[in-house]
Order: sequence, then C-alpha cells, then structure tokens
Amino acid sequence: MNNVLGIIIQRLLLGLVTLLIVSVVIFVAVNLLPGDFAQLILGQGATEESVNSIRRDLGLDQPLFVRYFDWLGGMITGDLGTSFAQLNFTTGLGGVNNVTVLDQILPRLSNTMFLAGVTAMIAVPIAVTLGVLAALYRNTVFDRAANIATLSSISSPEFFMAYVLILILAVINPLLPSLSNIYDGMPFGERLEKTMLPALTLTLVVTAHMMRMTRASIINLLASPYIEMARLKGISPMRVIVRHALPNALAPIINVIALNLAYLITGVVVVEVVFVYPGIGQLFVDSVKIRDIPVVQACCLIFAAAYILLNLTADIMSILSNPRLRHPK
Amino acid sequence: MSDLLVKIRGLKLEGRSDETWNPIINGVDLDLHKGEVLGLIGESGAGKSTLGLAAMGFCRDGVRISEGTVEFDGIDLIKASAAVKRDLLGKRIAYVAQSAAASFNPAHQLIEQHVEAPVQHGVRGKSESAEDGIELYRKLRLPNPDEIGFRYPHQVSGGQLQRAMTAMAMACRPDLIIFDEPTTALDVTTQIEVLAAIREIVEEFNTAAIYITHDLAVVAQMADQIKVLLKGDEVETSDTRSMLSAPKEDYTKSLWAVRSFERPLKAPVVAGATPVVSIRNVDAAYGKVPVLHDVSFDMHEGRTVAVVGESGSGKSTTARCITGLLPPTSGEILFDGQPLPSDYRKRNKDQLRQAQMIYQMADTALNPRVSVGNIIARPVQFYSGLSGKELRKRVDHLMDQIELPADQYYNRLPSELSGGQKQRIGIARALAADPKFIICDEVTSALDQLVAEGILRLLARLQDELSLSYMFITHDLATVRAIADEVVVMKDGRVVEQGPKQEMFQPPHHPYTDLLLSSVPEMDPDWLSNLLAERGVDNIGDAASEKI
Repeated sequence: MNNVLGIIIQRLLLGLVTLLIVSVVIFVAVNLLPGDFAQLILGQGATEESVNSIRRDLGLDQPLFVRYFDWLGGMITGDLGTSFAQLNFTTGLGGVNNVTVLDQILPRLSNTMFLAGVTAMIAVPIAVTLGVLAALYRNTVFDRAANIATLSSISSPEFFMAYVLILILAVINPLLPSLSNIYDGMPFGERLEKTMLPALTLTLVVTAHMMRMTRASIINLLASPYIEMARLKGISPMRVIVRHALPNALAPIINVIALNLAYLITGVVVVEVVFVYPGIGQLFVDSVKIRDIPVVQACCLIFAAAYILLNLTADIMSILSNPRLRHPK
Repeated sequence: MSDLLVKIRGLKLEGRSDETWNPIINGVDLDLHKGEVLGLIGESGAGKSTLGLAAMGFCRDGVRISEGTVEFDGIDLIKASAAVKRDLLGKRIAYVAQSAAASFNPAHQLIEQHVEAPVQHGVRGKSESAEDGIELYRKLRLPNPDEIGFRYPHQVSGGQLQRAMTAMAMACRPDLIIFDEPTTALDVTTQIEVLAAIREIVEEFNTAAIYITHDLAVVAQMADQIKVLLKGDEVETSDTRSMLSAPKEDYTKSLWAVRSFERPLKAPVVAGATPVVSIRNVDAAYGKVPVLHDVSFDMHEGRTVAVVGESGSGKSTTARCITGLLPPTSGEILFDGQPLPSDYRKRNKDQLRQAQMIYQMADTALNPRVSVGNIIARPVQFYSGLSGKELRKRVDHLMDQIELPADQYYNRLPSELSGGQKQRIGIARALAADPKFIICDEVTSALDQLVAEGILRLLARLQDELSLSYMFITHDLATVRAIADEVVVMKDGRVVEQGPKQEMFQPPHHPYTDLLLSSVPEMDPDWLSNLLAERGVDNIGDAASEKI
C-alpha cells in the first residue's frame, strides 16, 4: 500500500509543478492580449494622463514579473484580486465596495460544477452501458446503430443539438423549460429541471467518446487467454464481458471519462449561451471582452487546475484499478 | 462400447488467413473412453490445440469446422446450440491452458475464479465450492491451501498457478479435461510437481483427459494412448508402451532421433590460456534486490559454456552484466584479459562489437517492418562502415552462412519466415558484427525439437568455422548434452557447480545438479512413478529444491 501512496504523492507534486508552469503561461498570454482595461474604459478621447493614472491605480505600470509574483502570492493566499469591471473608482483598489474576483467566480463556478455533475450522472452510465452492450453485440445491427447515433451527435455542432432538443422537448412536447436562468437559493428540484436541457445536450456531445473507448478497450481484451478460459468454463457472454473483461479495461475508460468531465467544466460556453445558463464560461468570455484581466486569469487558472486535477484523479484511479499495485507480492 | 465419451469422426478444421480458408486438420478420428488419458503430440502448427478445443465443441476466432462429427457422451457438439454447449463447458468438460499466468484473470482472486463455474452452473453453492476448492488445493499439494486461494494470480508462482488451474478444472468434477501443454512453460523441477499432481487427481476422480504436448517424455508419463499429429494429419495412434518401444512410422521415429545429436568432446582447455571472457566475483542487483552473488567463470575460444538453472536463477542477469546493460555492483568482467567498462555506454565500438547476443524470442527481437536483408545490413554498416556493393556482398555471405540464400530471402519481412528461419536471422545479425563471443539466451526453447536441432547444428558449425565462443543459457539439459563443452549450474544467483561436460553428467553431483538431472523426463513410461517412489511424494520439485 505504501507503494501506491508513494505514487499518488509523486503525482500530486507533479500536478502542482504543472500548475505553476501553466500559471506562467496564462499570465504571459493574457498580458499579450492587445489593448488594456484603462484604454478601453476611458474611450478613445482619453488623455494620456488619465489613462496612466488608472494604470497606476491598478498596478498595470509595474513590470511584468513583479505583477506575476504579486498575483501568484495572492493566489497562494486565496486572494484572487479585485475585478476591474466592478471597481469602485472613488475608493480605489482597497475599497470596501469592490467586488473581488472570488465573489464573481464562485457562484458561476458552482453553477458550472452543478451542470457538469448532472451531465456526468446521465452521460457516464449511459456511455459505459452502451459500450458494454456494443462490445457484447459487436458487429451486429445494435452495435452499428449505437455507433452511428453517438457519432452523429458528436459530429453536429453543439448549438444545433441544443436547438433540436429545445424543439423536441420544449416546443413540440413542452416537458422541460428552454431557459436555464437559475439563481442562488433556487430549490434543488427546480434547479435540476432547469438544468436538464443543457445537461442532455452535453450528454449527446460527450457520450460518443466514452462509449467508443469502453467498447474498444473491452474488445481489445477479448482475445486474451483469460477471456478464452472464461468462455471455456461455460460462462455466459454478458458475464464474460462485465466480470472478466471490464475490470481489466477500466484504466483507459477512466482516462476518457476524466477528459470529458474536464471538457464539461471548461468548454461549454456555447451551450451556456444557448440556454442562458449562468456558468463560468460566459463570465470568462465577457471578461475577455472588457479586458478584466484578474477575472480572465483566475478563470484560466481554474480551468487548468480542473484539467490537472481530473487527469490526476484518473491516473490515481487507473493505478488503483490495477490489482498488481493494490496487492503487491 | 457404452463407456465411449468422445467420438470424433472425419473431423476437418479450417483457419482463415488473408480472406481464404486453409485446412488445419484434415480428417481425424478420435475415440476416448471414460477415465482414459489420450496423449496428443506433434510439432507446433500440427493442429494439436485446435483439435483439443474442437473436442470441446469450441473453435477460436478465425477457425471453423468444415466437416465431420464431434460427439460427447452422445451429444453432437457441432449441431448443439450455444446454450447447450455452455452448459457442458466447465461442468462436464474442462480446460487447462498452457500459460496459467495468462489464463487466470488478473483482476480476481483465485478462489473467486475457482467457484465461478460451479456457482454459475448451479452445481454447488458459493461457500461449499470454496471449501471444496481448498480441499482440492490440499490434494494438489499447494502450499498454504487454506489461504492461497485468496491471493491474486500475480502473487502466486507459475507452477502453483498451474496446479490451481487444474483444481479449477476439477471444480465441477468433469468427465473430461483437456490439458493444453500445461507444463511447457515450467522449469523441470516444477514440471514434476505439476505432472504428479495432475496424474494423481485424474486417477482419483477417474476423469478422462486429452493431454496435449510436444514433449514425448512427458506424454509417456501421462497417457494410456498416444496419437501423433503432423500438419493436421494423424500419423499413428497406439498405446503408450508399444508407441515408445516400437514406433511404426518414420515421422514418429524421427521425433525420437532428435535427442541423439551430440557434439564430439573437445580437448580440454590448455592450461594458462587467456579466456575470451572471464567473469570475476560479480555481484549484481536490481535496485536494492541482490540477484547475483560472487559469480565467477571463464569462457574460452571456440568453446561453448552452457549456463543452466531454473528461471530466476540469475542466468540472464549474468548475460546482462557481460553486455554492460546491468553494471555489476562489484567484481569485474575481463575480455581477452582486459577489464571491460561495466556500463555499455562507456565501451568503445570495438568492445561492443566483440560480444553479441541472440535472443529467445526471435519474433520480438526482429523489427517486423524491416526486411531481413536490412536487419543484417545495419550492424554490418555500423561496425565495419561498408556500403554499396561491399555491404551487399557481406550480407549475402552472412545469409549463405545461415543457409538462407540472399536471392530468395533478402527482401522478405520477418513475418514471412518460420520460427526457425527467424532465429537464423537472429544468428546472422549477431555474426554481422564479426564477434568473438556470442551469448545465446534460450535460443532454442521456443522452437520445435527438429527445428531446434537444426539451429544447434548451425551454431556448432559456425563455431568450428569461426572459432566463436558461446555462452549458452538454457534450462534444457538435453540441449546442454548436445552442445556444451563446459557447464555452469546456477541457483538463486550463485554458481553451485561448474566443470567440463563429461564430469557434470557423471556422478557425484552437487545435490542441486542431481535434482535438475533427475528431473528431466525420460521416455520410460514408469519414470515418473519410480522417481516419485524414490523421492517420496512430499519431496519433489520446489520442495526438494528448497531443501538444498
């Protein structure tokens, strides 16, 4: 068991190092964006003096590496800074009425996590079950149909799938609300109902990948001697796949699931826009538009952390799914 | 007869390759009575396993039954539905595979896999089957029978897994078990334990068995009747004793003849001659685990040193030390009297050139995408810098030396060659460097006896022509007898005995050498019974090995 613990600690440290490197990349990249907040907010007619004064207030006149270490120090102590867009200029950066980046991001992030969670609850079981069934009935009509259906849904643009679902489930059969304008303190049931259409849209987007990996990694194992042994013991085909193939096929499946979950947190802007869902993706896009650099940077860092954390979890679960590591000699 | 269990008539099987169906078995008849053991022997590709599986009504993917009938206890297995067959498999017909390590599911404990068939077939409940499993483990003399079942396959040794698999096959007390080369992957000392265990339990439950192997001496211990197969045709069938004493067909006789190849004895090494390779007090470790302890031996020009021992005894590790892949923790390796740098990265081209290697699995040691000619040309180019016509001439010459003429074989890919031909390419690749010393790591153990003999003869001829020195790693004592001049016996990373071959095969031996020698199966059908009587049932194989 020490062995496994050692590997996990090693991976965690590597994850932190990755995050640090990513933070540099984010910081530099964001600062490469053309134009700046001061220029943008004061308009074209602004005098150089007033622009400079705002820049000074915001610390934008400092050299890049000083700003980076300020920012990094803030990150480590949990202070993500103050959002430029909500700044109260009469009191300056330290003022009490300022909205911090954390205040802006947290509710949006929790909404995004909620959507991702609901989607995962629907998509992962469906994808794995479909994958197992497709492997069991491989090269039959069922297998082909499942492949065609999932591949078509992944090949169509997300907004198109979203509108098709709205048409079917909200307009023709008014079962679900087509607007997902959820807010704080909304009862769970209502929240779930409003989240359902975006979650279904996203399910259609992520299922194909996971299902096909499940199918492929199971079929990959079907030629192994222990599968032949199971068949020669007279075990039913379904049991052969679920009991003998699936436990050994978990590692690649877990990795693809993690990748798709990371996508659900970081890449769902289009779906959020279609359903007016107040997620972090929309906040991110809005902040880029107005050069609200602290929010953009924080969002990027959260996205990177989500990717790293989910891949880390996948790695650790893959390790744990290997009996050789769980039960050393 | 009413007790006829398996009846196969005119069975033809075909295998698919490149979209066409090629015959694998061309019309074989087979009768097996209750409680009888039939030995199926033949070289690889003879169709033994395919026939064995067909007797269970099972075909691997890409194999089909084209003609004939297979009946099990009156049930037509070819016409039977999948459900009917599933009901028989595991319950009345069981299978023991060649590699137990690959045939146990790595994700589940042994006992879980053991109880699966009885529970799924409704023969016994789970806890009852588990108790019965422990009882079978005890009968098969597995160590710690009460707890070994709760281990995962990777936590159990190969010989023990093979017995656990035999126990698993017995779980429903089947009428028929197919044993598919169950001891081929095991060391001789472990093989005895498994053979004894299988024979005992098959007798106790009066189970009929089809025992598939390429080793005549093994089948002689196990079978009442022997059927010889050659390329999908039956050569002959008769009871074991008459088959061994008076084989009728030429092919069967040729199978016996293999064991007669033996090189003439060479004059002893001149005293004071500098050995080509001298290993001096070498210790080595993988990480912190020590594997070699004070290993010392010499190898002289034009001679073959056979290094024997079981798997894990340190034979291949010694080779890795010589080649510099695993720098020793202490001790040194001399080449022509000069110390070699311990790490291959610190050796110069000439030092690298002098020592070459031939591998066990020619399949994986050759790049599948490179043509045979280029595989050989690359080291020639690397070491001698030849190019163009000169290079081609050298490659042609090498290919002539291994008896695969370049005009036919130069452009072939490894996949277009047979196992023996691939091994020859491995030899040519080693020769391409023009070395003085070659390490042959189990080079014949993956080959059939006739093919292996061809390789041994080739190596012997090359040695005479080029005065090569061989370090010949093997666990097969018949090969040692055929080719060695000196023998080094290793156990647990130490050299337990060494000397000229004629001395090593004469008593008195070190007790371990004695155990190894006496564990090699002999053609005598009473060999195993006599040996067991001599050693006592609790003192065979690993148990005996641990006491030394």
